[in-house]
Amino acid sequence: MPQTVFAPWENPDEKPLIQFRNVTKKFGDFTAIANLDLDIYAQEFFALLGPSGCGKTTLMRMLAGFEMPTSGKILLGGEDIAAVPPNKRPVNMMFQSYALFPHLSVWDNVAFGLKREGRDKSEIETRVSDMIRLTRLEKFARRKPHQLSGGQRQRVALARSLAKAPKLLLLDEPLGALDRKLREETQFELMDIQEKTGTTFVIVTHDQEEAMTVASRVAVMDEGRLVQVSTPDRIYENPNSVYVADFIGDVNIIEGSANQTGDKVLVNWAEGHSPLVATTAAVLQKDQTCYLAIRPEKIAITAEQPDAANVVQGEILDIGYLGNISTYHVKLPSGHVIKAQSANTRRIARRSFTWEDKVWLSWSDTAAILLER
Amino acid sequence: MRRMSGFNIVSLTFGLAFLYLPMLILVIYSFNASKLVTVWAGFSTRWYGELLRNEAFLDAALVTLKVGVISSTLATVLGTMAAFLLVRLGRFSGRTLFSGMIYAPLVMPDVITGLALLLLFIGIDMDRGVTTIVLAHTTFAMCYVSVVVSSRLSSFDTSLEEAALDLGCTPWSAFRLVTLPIIAPAVISGWLLAFTLSLDDLVIASFTAGPSSTTLPMKIFSAVRLGVSPEINALSTLMIGVVAFGVVIFSILSKRNTALKLQEERDAVDGRT
Ligand SMILES: Nc1ncnc2c1ncn2[C@@H]1O[C@H](COP(=O)(O)OP(=O)(O)OP(=O)(O)O)[C@@H](O)[C@H]1O
Ligand SMILES: [Mg+2]
Repeated sequence: MPQTVFAPWENPDEKPLIQFRNVTKKFGDFTAIANLDLDIYAQEFFALLGPSGCGKTTLMRMLAGFEMPTSGKILLGGEDIAAVPPNKRPVNMMFQSYALFPHLSVWDNVAFGLKREGRDKSEIETRVSDMIRLTRLEKFARRKPHQLSGGQRQRVALARSLAKAPKLLLLDEPLGALDRKLREETQFELMDIQEKTGTTFVIVTHDQEEAMTVASRVAVMDEGRLVQVSTPDRIYENPNSVYVADFIGDVNIIEGSANQTGDKVLVNWAEGHSPLVATTAAVLQKDQTCYLAIRPEKIAITAEQPDAANVVQGEILDIGYLGNISTYHVKLPSGHVIKAQSANTRRIARRSFTWEDKVWLSWSDTAAILLER
Repeated sequence: MRRMSGFNIVSLTFGLAFLYLPMLILVIYSFNASKLVTVWAGFSTRWYGELLRNEAFLDAALVTLKVGVISSTLATVLGTMAAFLLVRLGRFSGRTLFSGMIYAPLVMPDVITGLALLLLFIGIDMDRGVTTIVLAHTTFAMCYVSVVVSSRLSSFDTSLEEAALDLGCTPWSAFRLVTLPIIAPAVISGWLLAFTLSLDDLVIASFTAGPSSTTLPMKIFSAVRLGVSPEINALSTLMIGVVAFGVVIFSILSKRNTALKLQEERDAVDGRT
């Protein structure tokens, strides 16, 4: 049975749940969001990634109804929501600053939204205790927010926003203060909730690994613009710019000038070195400036000269031991420092390379991504 | 704590004596058995008993309490509203003028305020009595309330209100369920301040009172002109008690307020790391 892949963005008949249409948001004369177009589909797990101050929170606040676009429209389920006040939107937001009610206990914080809906008591109780169990706050249910640690507060904020099971859930850095293990567990919980309830998630994160794990699509932002919106694997394997390649994961960027023949491009990158080879679907002009982006794990490191499309020699400058993998910083005669990664399948005592060893780096012609900007 | 030098102790003693000796003497003489104010004739609570049988004083006390409670409640509502407007609306045209106008009565001499109000009441042909005193006291006390409340509000994290709205509150229920409980200590201390001010006031009340509405300070003032009696001493002692109580609660509340503020700031910092 062929498995249907969840990819509503590829289906032209699918109606997006959220549509940003030429949305611009200005604070005074500072433009926080610049002419942004974005479609988010129902049941997506949509991750927003970008450096601090690029407008992620602002985008969410516009969805929640706390900021009005200076121009442009935001549609939810096809309807313009400009006139709908925050309390009437089927949207819940987890605040970056948590915004827990200091005068209420953890339990009452979580129950707050449910009580406003006027559901009956027993229903509220089950729901709240579910949420509290989910976020492992059982021991702290009677405490006030100021008696909790940072990570515990973050979990209260998360539980509070999940409690109402809204159509759209906005999570502004929901897991930043949690330790790695709890964070991973919570990520899977979130994906589980998402699968069970069909809620649409928009999540802001600074942790690209997290974005890769949970998201159906990732948007990379820079200064109020979307640079690329795509699935995690495509963002990683086919970034559309040096900015995205550099932002997501580790990457080596080599600048050069292009010389195209068919789908192969020879990149002249340093005097006295043979050009590097890459494949591309794009059409480049002769001697156009271009960039090669090569992920460290796609570069093989060997003692003998290998037979590959791209081969360079250098000297090991530094070794970063990360347990399961090691990262080698290799200095080329041209001055470039290239990072190469190899898995540590053997115990460290028998590691084959050490500082100042001369090594060969090689990668195939499809390993490098050719970028024009 | 630093150790006190001899000089410090002396100046502290003199300072406190200067402030409180007159009151202390008044309190002591209120327990004097003799009818002559300046002659000590042993301890007695006789004058407190007399006081309770003095209709005129009791009436005045009732008027004062009524005026105090009503005017400070009104002042608290109005002052809180004004504080909200000042803190929340950000920059609107005329904001400086508005805030100036709110704070001006703080430094206005009582005589002027009283006179102005008197003219107003005469102008609109309003019978002077408890109502006019209440209005007058509300007018000047709301400035104090708005100062107290706005200082609390300016450090209030508006994202709490946003969170309440986000969870389905109407703006009014967000105020009632989130904002008000959090700023309550400031509102209560505003009320207490207004109440003590009202209890204290002689000048404005004299301008705006009618024949049948004498407040305690007015009563005392007029009684003293005929000579100080031990009864007055007893009455004043009671008033000192009430005012001191108000002031103590006010300062406890504002202290708690600052402690809370500090706590919140610390939380906010923790929350972001
Ligand atoms: N109310 C405001 N008034 C003026 N400028 C604002 C306001 N809110 C946000 N900004 C500015 O808009 C820009 C985007 O802010 P935003 O909070 O959306 O950033 P962010 O992407 O969430 O950053 P971070 O990752 O640090 O949370 C910032 O430069 C910020 O200074
Ligand atoms: Mg943010």
